Amino acid sequence: MTAEALTTILIAMLGGAIRVSTPFIFVALGETLTEKSGRINLGLEGNLVLGAMVAYAISFHTGSPWLGVLAAGFSGVFLGLMHGSICSLKKVNDIAVGIAMMSFGIGVAFFFGKPYIQPSAPRLESLPLGGWASNPALQQALEINPLFIVGILIAIVMWWALANTRVGLVVRMTGDSEPAARAMGINPIKVRILATAAGGFLAGIGGAFLSLSYPGSWNEGLSSGQGLMAVALVIFARWNPLRCILAALLFGAAGALGPALQSVGISQGYYFFNAAPYILTLFIMVAATGSNSARAAPGELSIAK
Amino acid sequence: MATKQISRRSILKTGAAGIAAMALPMPFIKAASAADGVVLGAVYVGPRDDFGWNQAHAVAMEILKSTDNVTVIEEENVPETDSVSKSMESMINLDGANLILGTSFGYFEPFMIDLANKYPDVQFRHAAPLWSEDKHPANLGSYFCYLNQAHYVDGVAAGLSTTTNKIGFVAAKPIPTVLSNINSVLLGARSVNPNVEVQVIFTGDWSLPVREAEAANALVDAGCDVLTCHVDGPKVVIETAEGRGVKSCGHNASQAALAPKGFITGAEYKWETIYSMYADMLAKGETLPNVVVGGYHNDMVKNTAYGAGATPEAIAAADAAIAGLKEGKPIYVGPLKDNQGNLVLDKTFDNYDPVLDGMNYLLEGVIGSIT
Repeated sequence: MTAEALTTILIAMLGGAIRVSTPFIFVALGETLTEKSGRINLGLEGNLVLGAMVAYAISFHTGSPWLGVLAAGFSGVFLGLMHGSICSLKKVNDIAVGIAMMSFGIGVAFFFGKPYIQPSAPRLESLPLGGWASNPALQQALEINPLFIVGILIAIVMWWALANTRVGLVVRMTGDSEPAARAMGINPIKVRILATAAGGFLAGIGGAFLSLSYPGSWNEGLSSGQGLMAVALVIFARWNPLRCILAALLFGAAGALGPALQSVGISQGYYFFNAAPYILTLFIMVAATGSNSARAAPGELSIAK
Repeated sequence: MATKQISRRSILKTGAAGIAAMALPMPFIKAASAADGVVLGAVYVGPRDDFGWNQAHAVAMEILKSTDNVTVIEEENVPETDSVSKSMESMINLDGANLILGTSFGYFEPFMIDLANKYPDVQFRHAAPLWSEDKHPANLGSYFCYLNQAHYVDGVAAGLSTTTNKIGFVAAKPIPTVLSNINSVLLGARSVNPNVEVQVIFTGDWSLPVREAEAANALVDAGCDVLTCHVDGPKVVIETAEGRGVKSCGHNASQAALAPKGFITGAEYKWETIYSMYADMLAKGETLPNVVVGGYHNDMVKNTAYGAGATPEAIAAADAAIAGLKEGKPIYVGPLKDNQGNLVLDKTFDNYDPVLDGMNYLLEGVIGSIT
């Protein structure tokens, strides 16, 4: 392999990491928050798809993509509140409800999304941060969407807030030990509903990125399971918001590997390279299974019990 | 309880009348559907406004809707599972469909074969060259358009539009139809510009928007300045090309509106030619042919109206290529080697030669691999 080809691949992976990771960051952060409160919401794929549709529709009608982003967030709150409330009923399994909510979110999005497949809505503009670079591919890779930066800021704030604020402590305590939370006079159901709604908000914004930035259009095949992968990334990131960013970037870069290798002429075995993100996730999951990872899981999670 | 007894007894009493009454609506239904003329039921695997394969079929059905005595029933997003059988059976039993059109590859076996055996009075046609006389029922059949002819025209226009001599192709899977489109783009481009190479990236599936966008970006980064594709919904590829400031050629349906600056032309089906022929023959009570295939010579494919990306030279050359195809000028002028150096076509083949249907190679000049 020539140095030039290697540079092309590395730049493509950098670009891929930045372009593809944003929805993963938002969904993974949303899931982290929800799981920290002791619930699993597997339905975030539904939030992602509904968010994508709502963002596109609102951006189309109002001409303001940022209004679309906000609306996508609130569509996520709606699904999150629904999940949170249903799971608060006695003997309801959060995983089963999550799967139901996923189908529901996707179904609602497809139903109302029909008229928005054809029209073109205003997109979120990217910031050309690569102006200094002479290499056009590098310039392109550094076209960074503001949502990517927002996602990283939210991750830092969430990481700090979970560790250092009263709200963060309440969420963690509810997630780790329901009796302890009750002893403190905290209503765990209320905390979990709010945490699921907030997590839903973030996942909805992840969807807005898909339809308004990259790949940047609404259609029914838009997500192809990214919301589900992001939920898996949370375990991989061990419920740590900062590690969520890392996991998402790694996943995005691995996803860019397949097309990038073919573009420099390494075209044998592209099915294998296209599967790189999943293979990578499997490897890291296996490598990460130790006593530490088990301890990182919130104690109230139904899968941890 | 009392009402139940009464109704049961009354049915018993008026048994003969009851049966007559039950039988009565039947001729009415028959009569009604006969008055409606021909009923065509079409089943699509994806949304019918996907800017691609499904839209191409839906546009054709839309044209039929305005025809007198033709009723069109459609169902979209039907997966290649038992759902197909259910959709088609409901079209037959509830809507009285005379002809069922299955537009996705996986509908054929076993679903449409089983249904054709179960409903011998209904005609079934499937949009891929899979039917064979000795294996399949006589009320089933295939229809297909050789879209690679329109891709050849794309190639001609693209060959005169590229300055880097590299055309990028985002492809879904390495099946013969896709490979034939890639090879035809190359041959079209080389017919006017011998230095052109076609670089292909396979995404691995029919609809993966994020990976399609990644592939389009990777091709532009690799120096391609015209992009085209064969995926179910070309929207993402065309929009990404436009966003990167390179030109593009479409696939399946018109994507001209998506790329107001760089769209050259695109390969489109004219399913309406086949569908109107079917409707026409059914209305006259004629037997439908089992296999219908075609291309430019019988008006079954077309190229999208030229966009802003087409230069006058490209338009002139593409128009000439279309005229040639209508006269039957061959695309595969042999001998031709594949990109591994093997001789794959030892002589010139006619555009409809069955040898070309089994294509499993990329020609010399295509950068890419099918495995």
